[in-house]
Amino acid sequence: MSTRVAITEYLEIELNSERWHCRSCGHDIASARENYKTGLLVYDRDPREIHAPILDETKYEFTYAPDPTWCRIVEFYCPSCGTQIENEYLPPGHPLTHDIELDIDKLKQRHLAKEGQ
Amino acid sequence: MAENLNDQEKSILQKFLDENVLFLGPDPEIMDNHKLAPESAAETRALAVFNDADQMNLVRHKLQTACNESFDMVEQMGAAPGAKWGDLISGVWTASGDLALSSAGGVLLFSVLTQHPVKFIIKYWMKEPTVGVRPGDIFMHNDARYGNIHNTDQSVIIPVFHEGELICFTGAMVHEGENGATEPGGMPSKAESPFDEGLKMPPFKVGENYTFRKDLMTFLQNSVREPKLQLEGMKSKLYAAMRMESRIKEAIGEYGLEAVLATLRRTLTSTAEEVRRRLRDWPDGTIRQNVFPDGTLRENVLLRLRLAMTKRDDELILDFRGSAPEFVNRANNTVLASCKGMLAQEFLTFVWPDLPRNQAVFEPMTVITDANSALNCSANAPNAQSMMTFFPSFTAAQLAVPKLLYSSKFKATDVVSGWYNMIVTFIYGGLTQHQELVGNLCADLNGMGGGARATRDGEHSIAPIFAPMADIGEQELIEEETPIMKIVPNRVMRDNQGFGKFRGGHGYQQIATVKDSALWGFMCCSIGSKFPSTHGIFGGYGAGTYPLCKVKDVNVFDEMKDRRELLRFSVEEIMNERPFKDASYSTHHMGMQLEWVTSGELYMLTQGTGGGYGDVLERDPSMVVDDYRDGLISKRTVEQIYHVRIDEARKAANLEATAAAREAERGKRKKLGKPYAEFVKGWETKHPPAHLPFYGSWNDPKLIYRGTPTDTCPADAMAGVMMPDPKDVRIAQLEAKLAQQEKV
Repeated sequence: MSTRVAITEYLEIELNSERWHCRSCGHDIASARENYKTGLLVYDRDPREIHAPILDETKYEFTYAPDPTWCRIVEFYCPSCGTQIENEYLPPGHPLTHDIELDIDKLKQRHLAKEGQ
Repeated sequence: MAENLNDQEKSILQKFLDENVLFLGPDPEIMDNHKLAPESAAETRALAVFNDADQMNLVRHKLQTACNESFDMVEQMGAAPGAKWGDLISGVWTASGDLALSSAGGVLLFSVLTQHPVKFIIKYWMKEPTVGVRPGDIFMHNDARYGNIHNTDQSVIIPVFHEGELICFTGAMVHEGENGATEPGGMPSKAESPFDEGLKMPPFKVGENYTFRKDLMTFLQNSVREPKLQLEGMKSKLYAAMRMESRIKEAIGEYGLEAVLATLRRTLTSTAEEVRRRLRDWPDGTIRQNVFPDGTLRENVLLRLRLAMTKRDDELILDFRGSAPEFVNRANNTVLASCKGMLAQEFLTFVWPDLPRNQAVFEPMTVITDANSALNCSANAPNAQSMMTFFPSFTAAQLAVPKLLYSSKFKATDVVSGWYNMIVTFIYGGLTQHQELVGNLCADLNGMGGGARATRDGEHSIAPIFAPMADIGEQELIEEETPIMKIVPNRVMRDNQGFGKFRGGHGYQQIATVKDSALWGFMCCSIGSKFPSTHGIFGGYGAGTYPLCKVKDVNVFDEMKDRRELLRFSVEEIMNERPFKDASYSTHHMGMQLEWVTSGELYMLTQGTGGGYGDVLERDPSMVVDDYRDGLISKRTVEQIYHVRIDEARKAANLEATAAAREAERGKRKKLGKPYAEFVKGWETKHPPAHLPFYGSWNDPKLIYRGTPTDTCPADAMAGVMMPDPKDVRIAQLEAKLAQQEKV
């Protein structure tokens, strides 16, 4: 009987240990009561590497690529398998977002009670 | 009221105050409340005698069919592009003013807004001797401050009586387009106050005995650029409302009055109950999401919209405190009720499209904002372009919802990534080839790229975020009515993709010009030229950024007369190859105020993509190759984004090489990525960078930045921002340049 609840495509919570896990490789990421991002690798990517300029940068101010002085892509990877679990489009230096903060007690109550555990 | 007055004096004073209100402005008691009205005595009586679920279902379907029928009537009869292509809604309100049922298609965010003007009519006009509400009366409204999206939308509402008793209201709302604003087309991004935004109609009576008053009609026609459209739009909405009235009377004849009253009321309460039931299935907790609109349409600035969405038991709280302040002389501000409407759209269309279309879908939800902020602006701030802030607020909610929905057991739809959220099209004004003065918009804004889903790719240019069943319009019809020619009307753009395990749907590019008009202007109104407006989910990437491109000082009709080889079919080719020798080529952000156009000049826009879903390295290599073969992505994207290797001889993915390339990329990520704590140390700054014109909170939601790291205000005492005229800014820049040259 599974005690893991899938929260996103790549994240699940192991209810008994109250830990975030990577769904791709099972890696134990962080406490489920904390920001899962604290257990991931983080990279500041120039957005032009993803959204490449379509127009000639030498000729035009706006090129279809984000302005790297306004926008960065902050990428979060599983340290074990390298899966990109999440990303954020942020202005440079902007505080990272604690995006998922679940009520773990309620989550356990619901799923474990349902499973008769 | 003075404390030392006796009861009689207090009563006289109260009567005097009630009878001498100087101005019936938007009523906070109505505008701040999106909840259902209490059950009336008549509804209680009706529910006591008519409560069979199957019978109620029959009545509900009859009324729903009436809504859909009237929707079709307006769509067929309407003259405005918005009407023709589905940017409307029709519905039935209870006698207390709650919208109980509306058409299945159309602009569903109206569903959570239209109760406000009806409730205003009930509260203020029912007993007002100079107005009154009687059978055959016709009311009209458009001002967002009394409950609407923006004042280019006009509504017509009629009361329905049975044996002398008011039993409900019927009506329709349409994006009419023209409304006499400072710029044609009803959405003036140049507006610096509400008084630049054209007609500002609080709910008022425009007709009796099912007939419009000629004097008021003349006044309204005299206030807009398209008098014929004004008349025609009002008539089509009235006929739709009257058809619904007939259908309701038929339902009363067939099932009885109690059946109709009970069905309308029960539809609302059972919808709210069902939403609460579904919310209980979501995990409790808080999801946070930021989005960053990058302009006011007159200049590039960076706004922060901050959402903390808390789900607790059976309620959802959407807390936007800490978001950007209002701009008191820019039109990108949102009236809170409009914001609620747009947020409701997420649930009506993208989460629970199976529910009845009514305001009760949003009943279990609460929206919290700072007063005088971009999402809850004051009455003195213009709001014609509120889409520039409330569309991004929708996106924040749309990106947050999957993080609660994914683990839920019940899903009415798939989990979906960010839908492209901007209205990329041309608004126009001028003289047509038929010598008619017009102002409106091209309905191809309805072709936003769909977000990727948990199970499949997003659709290309499929539907706008605000209307599930709207269309983009036929270019041939546009050319019959206006001098706009789309050299390239709707062609998807290569690499315009929200990359991911499943990719977002592509948006299209359009290359427009003008022919056979002596006076014609274009404007456009989108953001996202420096900072993407739409993001992906679960590791998927978002949209790119989109410029307005122009080719001026050219007449392409002359240039290409004998040289068809000059024709190019993409913005990329035209702008990079520059086929017209003496023309000037330029790019801009997508907020262009009305600009006069000479025949044969090119204006080019691109719809953006929906967000991607999941890690790009998990995309099926064969799907990458399909996209490459279809011309949707370049070789660069194949190799550098998806890390797929193609066997050119077989025109198929080389699975072995792809696996190796992807493994190498995973290894690279592990090398490049820093542990969280270490990264934060080198990344986070105390204030916004000095080079960014940043508006909103940074690390403390209670402290709001107003454009520079040193100009701040408390969130609970938000000070609206006044922007300089961009022309003055440009003049100052040029003068400084000139002064510099003179020194040399």
